[in-house]
Amino acid sequence: MKANAAAVLTGPHFLDGDQACCEGALAAGADFAAGYPITPSTEVVERFAARIPTVGGLFIQMEDELASSIAILGAAWAGKKVFTVTSGPGFSLMMEHIGLAAMTETPCVFVDVQRGGPSTGLPTLPGQADMMQARWGSHGDYETIALCPNSPQECFDLMIDAFNLAEQYRVPVLFMMDECVGHMTEKVVIPSADEIEIFPRRFTSLPPSKYKPFKPGPDGVPEMVKAGDGYRFHITGLTHDEQGYPAMTWRAQEKLVRRLVEKVRKNADKIVRYEEHDMEDADVVVVAYGITSRVALHALQMARGEGIRAGLLRPIVVWPFPEKRLRELAEKVKAFVVVEMNYGQMVYEVERCAGDKARTILVGHGGGTVHDPEQVLEVIREAAR
Amino acid sequence: MSTAPVIQEAINPVEPFLRTDRMPHIWCPGCGIGTTVNCFARALVDSKLDLDKVAIVSGIGCTGRVAGYLRLDSFHTTHGRAIPFATGLKLANPELTVVVYSGDGDLIAIGGNHFIHAARRNIDLTVICVNNFIYGMTGGQVAPTTPVGATATTTPYGCFERPFNLPFLAESSGAVYVARWTAFHVRHIARSMVEAFNKKGFSFIEIISPCPTLYQRRNKLGDGLDTMKIYKQKSVIKNGASTRDVDIAFGGEIVVGKFVDIERPTLHQTMDQQFRQVLKDRYAGTGGRG
Repeated sequence: MKANAAAVLTGPHFLDGDQACCEGALAAGADFAAGYPITPSTEVVERFAARIPTVGGLFIQMEDELASSIAILGAAWAGKKVFTVTSGPGFSLMMEHIGLAAMTETPCVFVDVQRGGPSTGLPTLPGQADMMQARWGSHGDYETIALCPNSPQECFDLMIDAFNLAEQYRVPVLFMMDECVGHMTEKVVIPSADEIEIFPRRFTSLPPSKYKPFKPGPDGVPEMVKAGDGYRFHITGLTHDEQGYPAMTWRAQEKLVRRLVEKVRKNADKIVRYEEHDMEDADVVVVAYGITSRVALHALQMARGEGIRAGLLRPIVVWPFPEKRLRELAEKVKAFVVVEMNYGQMVYEVERCAGDKARTILVGHGGGTVHDPEQVLEVIREAAR
Repeated sequence: MSTAPVIQEAINPVEPFLRTDRMPHIWCPGCGIGTTVNCFARALVDSKLDLDKVAIVSGIGCTGRVAGYLRLDSFHTTHGRAIPFATGLKLANPELTVVVYSGDGDLIAIGGNHFIHAARRNIDLTVICVNNFIYGMTGGQVAPTTPVGATATTTPYGCFERPFNLPFLAESSGAVYVARWTAFHVRHIARSMVEAFNKKGFSFIEIISPCPTLYQRRNKLGDGLDTMKIYKQKSVIKNGASTRDVDIAFGGEIVVGKFVDIERPTLHQTMDQQFRQVLKDRYAGTGGRG
C-alpha cells in the first residue's frame, strides 16, 4: 500500500527533527494523535495540530500523559493509526500504557524526545538516558521495538518505519529522539507518496463467528478488528486466552506472554538495523546512536587521521539490539568504545555481547551537551593501544 | 392420569446481552453490580440501539469487570483510565455509542482528573458509576466516596475525610445529564440509562450499590437484602434537586433522581464548527481514511 498523497509534503524542506518527525507520522498515515505539552517534544504535536485538520484526522491535547497514552489506544481500536509524543517525565507516566499496548497488541508509536534527567532534569537540553526505560520501563515481560534517528531526515524516514513496524508486529514502537536531533534544523527531502510503502493494518477477513482476537498467525501476530464492525470482541489488560477472555492460570500466562516476547525475538533478524563506517579493517569499534553517533563519527575520522584502525557501528533499531553483529565483531576486534549521553545503558548490551572476547569501554556523561569529540578520540586511542 | 408438565428451559431475557460463556461472574452474593447490569441490558433493549455500534469501556475493580461480561465491543483498560480510552474511541468513531462503566474508586480517585476533563469537554459519553463507598476488589479500603464515620480497612477507626458529592462534581465540571439512583431503583436506573444513551454530551449516572462482603459487613449494615430495605427507607426522589444539596452522610438520607438535563454543544460539535469556520474548504474532516 502506498502513502496518502494528501498527507505527504513532497519536496526539499528545511526542518528541525521535531517537525520532520511530524511529517513522517503524517506520511505514514497517522490520523490520530493525543499529547500533553512537554519540552523539547511539543513542536511535534503543535505541527500535527495545525496540519491534521487539512489532511483528515484529529489531534487532542489531553489532561496529562496518562490520558494521552491511552486515548491513542482507544482510537487505534476504532481503526486509527495513532501516536503520542513526550519527553522524560511524560515518558515515565506513559509506561502504564506501553504495557497495555503490549498486552493488547495495539499498534501505536510513542515518541520520546530525550532530555537530561532524572526527574525534571534539563528540560531544554539533551540526554540519552531513557534507553533502558524504553526496553524495560513498564512492569512485566514484553518486547517493544525502538528506533533512534540521528538527523531530521531520519526523523522523517524512520517515523514511517516505526508505524510500519507497529502495524506489522502489533507492538508499541518507541521512537527515541533526543533534544539535539529534535531541535537541529537540516535539509529534509520528502519523497512522493508513491515512493512511500505503508504496511496496512492487519484486519481480519474472517466473519465474527470464526474470528478469535488473539489467535496468532504463522508469524506469531494475530489479525485485528475495530469497534463498530459487529465482532463484539473483548480486549483486556489481564492475561487472556485466544478469545480475549481473562484466563488466570500459569498456562495462559505462559502461552500469551511467551508469544508476546517471541513475536519480536524470533523476528529480530528482520527488525534489526544498523549502519557501519570503516569497519573492514577496524580493531576498535565505536558504538553510538542518535546525535552521539555524529560526534562519534567525527572522533572516528580524527582517529583514522592518526592511523588508528577504528570503525563505527550505529544501531538504528536499538531494540531489539543488533546482538548477532556485535558477537561477530567481538570475535575479531580488540575493543568496543560505547559513546552515549548517560552513565551507562546500552553499554551493558555491548558488554554482554563482547563477553571476554573484547574490552568494552564506556564514554558516558549525564547529558546537557553532546560529547567533546576530543574526549572520544582520547578513549579510542587508549583502546587501540 | 395426568401428564407431567413440559418444563421449558428458562431463558433469562438479558442473556443475549451477556457473554454467557464467561459465567459464573466474580461478584459476591448480594452485590449490586449485577443488578445494574440487568438494568443496562434492559436499557439496551428499550433504547433500540444497534448493538454493533455500542462499545463499553471499564477500568479496574469489581465494576471494572462489567465490560468483560457484556456481548458488545468491550474494553477492560487500566485503573482509572477508562474515560481517556473512551475519549479516543469516541473521537475516532463518532458513530459509536460509548459507555464507560466503572466504580467510584476507579472513576473518581485514580481517574478523577480524567472525569472532570471529560465533563468539561462535554465529549459524548455515558458514564455509569457504581458507587459502593469502598474498594471492593482489593479488600475494603477507604474511597473518596466513603462517608465520614464509616470504617474501612485503611480507616479502621472511621473515615475522617470529606467524601465527594459525585452529582455536584459532575455538574460543576460540565456534565449535561446527571442522575443518581440506588440499586433498589431498577426501573429508574434503566430509564436514566436510555436517556443518557440518547443525550448528546457527557452524561453521568451514579448508582449507590451494596458491597455486603466489605462495606455492609464491616459497618454492621446487614446483607444485600437488608441494604435494599435501607435504600427503600432512606432514599428520597427529588428530581431537579440542586446537586449542591445531595451529599450522602453515613446512615443519612439518600437523595436520588434526575438532577441535571441541559443542552450544551458537544466536543465534536464545537471542534467541527471551529475548523469549518477557520479552515473553510481546507478542512478535511476528522475522519481520515480509516
